[in-house]
Amino acid sequence: MSPPTPTHTADAGSYGPYGGRYVPETLIPALDELVAGWHEVREDDAFWADYRALTENYAGRPTPLTLVERFAPGRRVYLKREDLLHTGAHKLNNAIGQALLARRLGKKRVVAETGAGQHGVATATVCARFGLECVVFMGAEDMRRQEPNVQRMRLLGAEVEQVELGTKTLKEATSEAIRDWITNVETTYYLIGSVVGPEPYPEIVRTFQRVIGDESRAQILEAEQRLPDAVIACVGGGSNAIGIFSSFIEDEGVQLIGVEAADAASLQQGRPAVLHGSRSAVLADEWGQILDAHSISAGLDYPGVGPEHAWLRDSGRARYLPCTDAEALEMFEKLARREGIIPALESSHALARVDDTEGDLILVCLSGRGDKDLAEALRAMGEA
Amino acid sequence: MSGPDSAKTLAIYLMAGSEAPELAAAAVAGGADLIELGFPFSDPLADGPVVRQAAEAALAAGMTTAACLDCLKQVREAVDVPLVPMTYAALFEAYGWERLEADIHDAGASSLIVADVPVDVRPELRRVQLVAPTSTNDRIRLAGETTDGWLYLVTLAGTTGVRSDIAPAFAGLVEKARRLYAGPLYAGFGISTPEQAQSAGALADGVIVGSRALLVAKNGPGALHEYVASLRAALDA
Ligand SMILES: Cc1ncc(COP(=O)(O)O)c(C=O)c1O
Repeated sequence: MSPPTPTHTADAGSYGPYGGRYVPETLIPALDELVAGWHEVREDDAFWADYRALTENYAGRPTPLTLVERFAPGRRVYLKREDLLHTGAHKLNNAIGQALLARRLGKKRVVAETGAGQHGVATATVCARFGLECVVFMGAEDMRRQEPNVQRMRLLGAEVEQVELGTKTLKEATSEAIRDWITNVETTYYLIGSVVGPEPYPEIVRTFQRVIGDESRAQILEAEQRLPDAVIACVGGGSNAIGIFSSFIEDEGVQLIGVEAADAASLQQGRPAVLHGSRSAVLADEWGQILDAHSISAGLDYPGVGPEHAWLRDSGRARYLPCTDAEALEMFEKLARREGIIPALESSHALARVDDTEGDLILVCLSGRGDKDLAEALRAMGEA
Repeated sequence: MSGPDSAKTLAIYLMAGSEAPELAAAAVAGGADLIELGFPFSDPLADGPVVRQAAEAALAAGMTTAACLDCLKQVREAVDVPLVPMTYAALFEAYGWERLEADIHDAGASSLIVADVPVDVRPELRRVQLVAPTSTNDRIRLAGETTDGWLYLVTLAGTTGVRSDIAPAFAGLVEKARRLYAGPLYAGFGISTPEQAQSAGALADGVIVGSRALLVAKNGPGALHEYVASLRAALDA
């Protein structure tokens, strides 16, 4: 089956009271340039032909849908296999799209932040492919727990900048990437890794990740002749979830369920606050100071979330549930043992809420594979 | 000492905290005409390492927005130059935009600066606007029309911090801003030595010194007084 053409309508960009552009004035001309470039490519068939060719011939789209009967006996649970995408996670969909955009804008240097290292690897990968200079900011703690991805980025020719500030995780890495961008704004493209950041980033990333939802919708209709009862995805910044949700938002009978790490649950425990250029649900204290998040999964260990999720939550269209480290580890092992698929720890969070989701036909976004997590997960399972 | 006849304004940035009143008094005695008082934020995108560490320390010491407002009142009692708090959108968002604006003024500030609220966002919040070397003419014009008393010229594309030279783009920014705005232009970001203050002051109407002032202030009010006096002398030379 060939993937449906990505839907690239101007369907997002304003999320009720969320979103915005809370950045230093220095960046505004760069954001304006990005908006102009984005509006141009959004309507440009040649751009989408390039995107599609790369996602198919280079990245391996479409990814399959796998029925997992031993993981969920007696129910029809399908996994959307983003773990099989080149580089091992959905992050590449977005990195390909934005690298094409960076090239259009004539930028030769790319900066990115990474938590689990998957976005960093995806960015380093497309930069290698396009001949762009690549700098990835990563917290020292994440470099420790996602060591294989640090090695991959370096092999791919990226410079990995260790961030020793604050929590030494994704939040600080994102701040440092933005500071680098402020400093080198004339030459540099900031390739953000999730549906966060100032406008127009959430809309750009959403559009490049929507291929997950468009493919899975067609695939599940083909396999089951009906829409799923529920779609479940893990939520860090929220890009794999928005990607898969966006094709089902209009289908009111389909429950949309986002799963956050229990101690990084911005949508469940956060408040409206400003972080990394936009207003959204954020773990913050009563004064607006950002609080530390905690998760065994580096990709979910972030106190903020994309503004569209806050909006989907408020409107009631999507629900957000927690998952503890222990539950995620249990799923990590269970999917490996029952199905021969080692999921990323991030994706393991989505799997944990399958059991208590109502409905017979469930679609889960398996956002990535777990090779990067082996050492950390085995260590944690040994301690448990 | 600064006098009413000093041509160039010298603004010194200090972080809110228990020592701020005493430090502000020392800075003013050394010749500062304006004190910018940082209300710390945990994730300050516009700030380099020095301000970031000062903010971290202030937060660890309990400098909530309420505590910062108290500090502002104490600084108000300690000195009689204009006071301008500088902070981030997150603090306004949590405290309430109008409420924080009102409380800042009630505590004795003459204006305020929000580092991550660009010129066209939250137009109802009266503040000192910042423009950068990357700013277009339209944005500089809008900043000039809406700014509160003076325009903050960010000398370089970058964060706050100590630098070895004034960025070459700065002269161009001053020239553009002069054409588009008739009020005073104060230059900040990257100004730390008397020489830099002098060369930026030769173009602009005033300079703002932050990171180096914070570093010197660690050695106490005496050291800050001496340092500010050296900036003053360079500006007046
Ligand atoms: C495999 C995987 N899934 C999910 C995430 C979380 O990101 P998002 O919520 O943007 O999909 C990450 C982030 O690093 C990841 O690597």
